[in-house]
Amino acid sequence: MGRLSTMKFGVVVFPGSNCDHDAYHAVKHVLKQDAEFIWHKSTSLGDVDAVILPGGFSYGDYLRTGAIARFSPVMREVVKFAEAGGTVIGICNGFQILLEAGLLPGAILRNRSLQFICRHVNLKVENAQTRFTSACSKGDVLSIPIAHGEGNYFADADTLSALQDNEQIVFRYCGPDGTVSDETNPNGSLLNIAGIMNTRGNVLGMMPHPERAVEAELGSTDGVKIFTSIIKSMVSMDVSL
Amino acid sequence: MYQATITITLRTSILDVQGKAVEHGIHSLGMSNVSNVRIGKHIELTIDAADEAEAKRITDEACRKILANQVMEDYTYTVKKA
Repeated sequence: MGRLSTMKFGVVVFPGSNCDHDAYHAVKHVLKQDAEFIWHKSTSLGDVDAVILPGGFSYGDYLRTGAIARFSPVMREVVKFAEAGGTVIGICNGFQILLEAGLLPGAILRNRSLQFICRHVNLKVENAQTRFTSACSKGDVLSIPIAHGEGNYFADADTLSALQDNEQIVFRYCGPDGTVSDETNPNGSLLNIAGIMNTRGNVLGMMPHPERAVEAELGSTDGVKIFTSIIKSMVSMDVSL
Repeated sequence: MYQATITITLRTSILDVQGKAVEHGIHSLGMSNVSNVRIGKHIELTIDAADEAEAKRITDEACRKILANQVMEDYTYTVKKA
């Protein structure tokens, strides 16, 4: 069963998504996988193997980032897909939508500097035993850009403890040498959190944009590792079926 | 018809960076006796409900389900006959 050589990514398009084509380009043209756009009014995800919620400003970020997008019809399907163990990755605004939808714990506050920050940052891979990071090693430092005004991860103390205990923190902002400190924290996120996954390990949300770091011309190809990890996880799952 | 007026603010345990920035602005005007500036949202709803209790129930449900994110925000509201 299943495709052994390629998998199919579904890129959800909300009104106001603006990294949908970047994500599509990354998986389709750089990673050579199947990909299709899924309009947010869709009530089916079709036959996709993984879902990408892309970056942007869905619904103009009105009320709160991701707060209205999470009620788009397609999100009912995304929640079902995630609950059935399907692979879901939310990038930037996609991460914010996953938080609002309750698929990941916590919330996002405005950057502590109040500034929109658009630059490459260093990300420390805190957990390489995931379907999103298996092509990395624990402690690897990835150069991947951020582009957000609201990326300041917040959760209560109990949630933060649970994230740590369950190794759900996948990426943290760090220095070039992997040092995690307040100086290497661009937005004020608690524990320098840049990306987390759910307890089951099939839903990842991250503020940085791996799809913008997939070709040398873009300044880094480290984002490829994340997509490669996802593809490898699907292929190995297919082999085991 | 009822009119609900809702105020949403960041939970007091969370640093309100917008409020801090505005506070700096107020202080730069010489109003040094102003502190604890907090920025929130003001939302008005018109509700078709049988009575005030139902209007309050609807307001509270809207706050819980979409208008406020209780991970980081608190809400208060008043409901009166429109």
